Amino acid sequence: MNINNFNLSKPKHQKNRNITLIIGVLLFSLGILDFCLNNFQNKNITFFLPGLISFFTPLIFAVTGLYFVRIEFSGIKILDKLNKNINTSNFNATLSTCIILLIIFALPPLLNWFIFDANISGDTKEACTGGGACWVYIKVWFNRFMYGMYPNAEQWRINVTFIAVLAFMGVGFFVPSKLRNYLSFYYTILLPIISFILIYYIISGGSFGLVWVETGAWGGLSLTFMVSFFSLIFCFPLGMMLALGRRSNLPVVKYSSLSFIEFWRGVPLITVLFMSAVMFPMFLPEGTYIDKLIRVVVAITLFEAAYTAEVIRGGLQALPRGQYDAAKSLGMGYWRMHIFVILPQALKLVIPGIANTFLALIKDTPLIFVVGLLEVVGMLNLAKTNPKWLGFSMEGYVFAGIIFWIICFSMSKYSQKLELKYKTDR
Amino acid sequence: MSDPIIQIQKVNKWFGDFQVLKEIDLEVKSKEKIVVCGPSGSGKSTLIRCINRLEEHQKGSIIIDGTEISEDTKNIEQVRAEVGMVFQQFNLFPHLSILDNCTLAPIWVKKMSKKDAEALATEHLEKVQIIDQAQKFPGQLSGGQQQRAAIARALCMEPKIMLFDEPTSALDPEMIKEVLDVMVNLAKQGMTMIVVTHEMGFAKEVADQMIFMDEGMIVEKATTKDFFANPKSDRTKLFLSQIL
Repeated sequence: MNINNFNLSKPKHQKNRNITLIIGVLLFSLGILDFCLNNFQNKNITFFLPGLISFFTPLIFAVTGLYFVRIEFSGIKILDKLNKNINTSNFNATLSTCIILLIIFALPPLLNWFIFDANISGDTKEACTGGGACWVYIKVWFNRFMYGMYPNAEQWRINVTFIAVLAFMGVGFFVPSKLRNYLSFYYTILLPIISFILIYYIISGGSFGLVWVETGAWGGLSLTFMVSFFSLIFCFPLGMMLALGRRSNLPVVKYSSLSFIEFWRGVPLITVLFMSAVMFPMFLPEGTYIDKLIRVVVAITLFEAAYTAEVIRGGLQALPRGQYDAAKSLGMGYWRMHIFVILPQALKLVIPGIANTFLALIKDTPLIFVVGLLEVVGMLNLAKTNPKWLGFSMEGYVFAGIIFWIICFSMSKYSQKLELKYKTDR
Repeated sequence: MSDPIIQIQKVNKWFGDFQVLKEIDLEVKSKEKIVVCGPSGSGKSTLIRCINRLEEHQKGSIIIDGTEISEDTKNIEQVRAEVGMVFQQFNLFPHLSILDNCTLAPIWVKKMSKKDAEALATEHLEKVQIIDQAQKFPGQLSGGQQQRAAIARALCMEPKIMLFDEPTSALDPEMIKEVLDVMVNLAKQGMTMIVVTHEMGFAKEVADQMIFMDEGMIVEKATTKDFFANPKSDRTKLFLSQIL
């Protein structure tokens, strides 16, 4: 059956096929050429046509060309693939052409700005002579963007701590299968404690002959990582507890979880941060002091935990009642039922949602500038107001955008990997 | 055949205003097999779900092997560990392999060692003839295989009583037999069983007593022979004429 169809739709005359193919390719190239000349040489080869038509000639030529090229089962592999993906119908062909033209339109100026007209050598503002980006600015300020106001001579301490924490995180991949059950305990309780101790003694310093550096001086990307790291680790278990609490039968647990979630979801993060820095200390007894950074991490954690809770609750509600019934009928109590049966399935379901929340958290960290902590975006804002370096905010934001994109994209990829790993239904 | 292992006395249950169970009295002796039938919505599933407290009854008492089912969660867990249940929709845990499905409760509820639990699971999986599927996930098995795995999972808790809630209703016709065969074998080994089913062939072969329920009441309760030969109530006669 299939083979018959195949034969029917094949063009009957090989000669015809080649001619239409050539016409199509020519027309398409003509369209592209017209567009390029219009854009880059300021020449309009269709000047004799009225304005509006002349404006659309590249599109008309290219789409007509694609129409001729659209031959089913042409026998040419690349052509078949192209037809199948970007040229299935006239509408599709028009959209594809628009996108191609847009890329031609936008790519060269972008490349010029990023690379060809950009300057990177030198270390003063005056070194930037081209019309493109001034990467000198990023180069000169790079240390600040990474480490904030942390003293240059002491920056190795941050590097050492980060490498150590990464090493402790990596331990999970090498533990023997016997200890696998304790991994979640390790990651949610031991790892944060270890990291905190490392940060406290090495980055903060003050003992073992290390100079004390106050948290106000920390900053840049390393601060982004620290804030995100602790908030992510803590907001997940907390969110899980809140999600379970909200579905609990005990009124006290249920309504306290509910009001907690609704409170934190109802206030903007920026006010939460502000209150954590300004109002919270007023409620503390005289003489007690909790570091600003800790307060901020706690505030972000509580805030994001409320969101995580609702995402996880979505997963819990998606499970059929039969799963609960089956677990109960085997004699499992509330905790055993949730730990072994309900949560593993619910969490698997909500991996995309959790990843979403986590990405949002990371991208929310720049808001800590309201309490005077300057992570990477905060440092950019500071640097762009430096009298010696006025006028380079564009480079700075592009740089920050790239950094955040890399972080978020790798997390998103990782979450997709997890989804595949835990997929058991086929 | 001494003391009854299940004693149900004057049990009433409401869903809101709707009364699903009305004054249910039932005694089941050890090793007895009881088949419950009746039209849908008659409360038969609710009745057996009350026996292991997946549903709460509001009035009356249910005593399982000397333990009364009440609010006390300790009692409930103790009873559930002794009463196995098989569901219409199998309800295997899809994130665990068949073997892990079977060993989960023995390890974490009965505190068995992993090795013992696996040996036990292997034994029961062999009994239901899906030992070759032990490493697969439920989603990779046919309905009949899943239901047999679910039976094995329940048996791994070594229950004294097995409840079956329409175990073959969600299966293709050709898979029903493989599940019923397993249940017949189980009956022959002397398990106490309460089965909600429409499979009258199975009932005739296995049941000691038949119960017919309608509108939340036990309409007729008789030995299997009497039930099919000369049913007393008209409602039962009508039901049997439709189903046979």
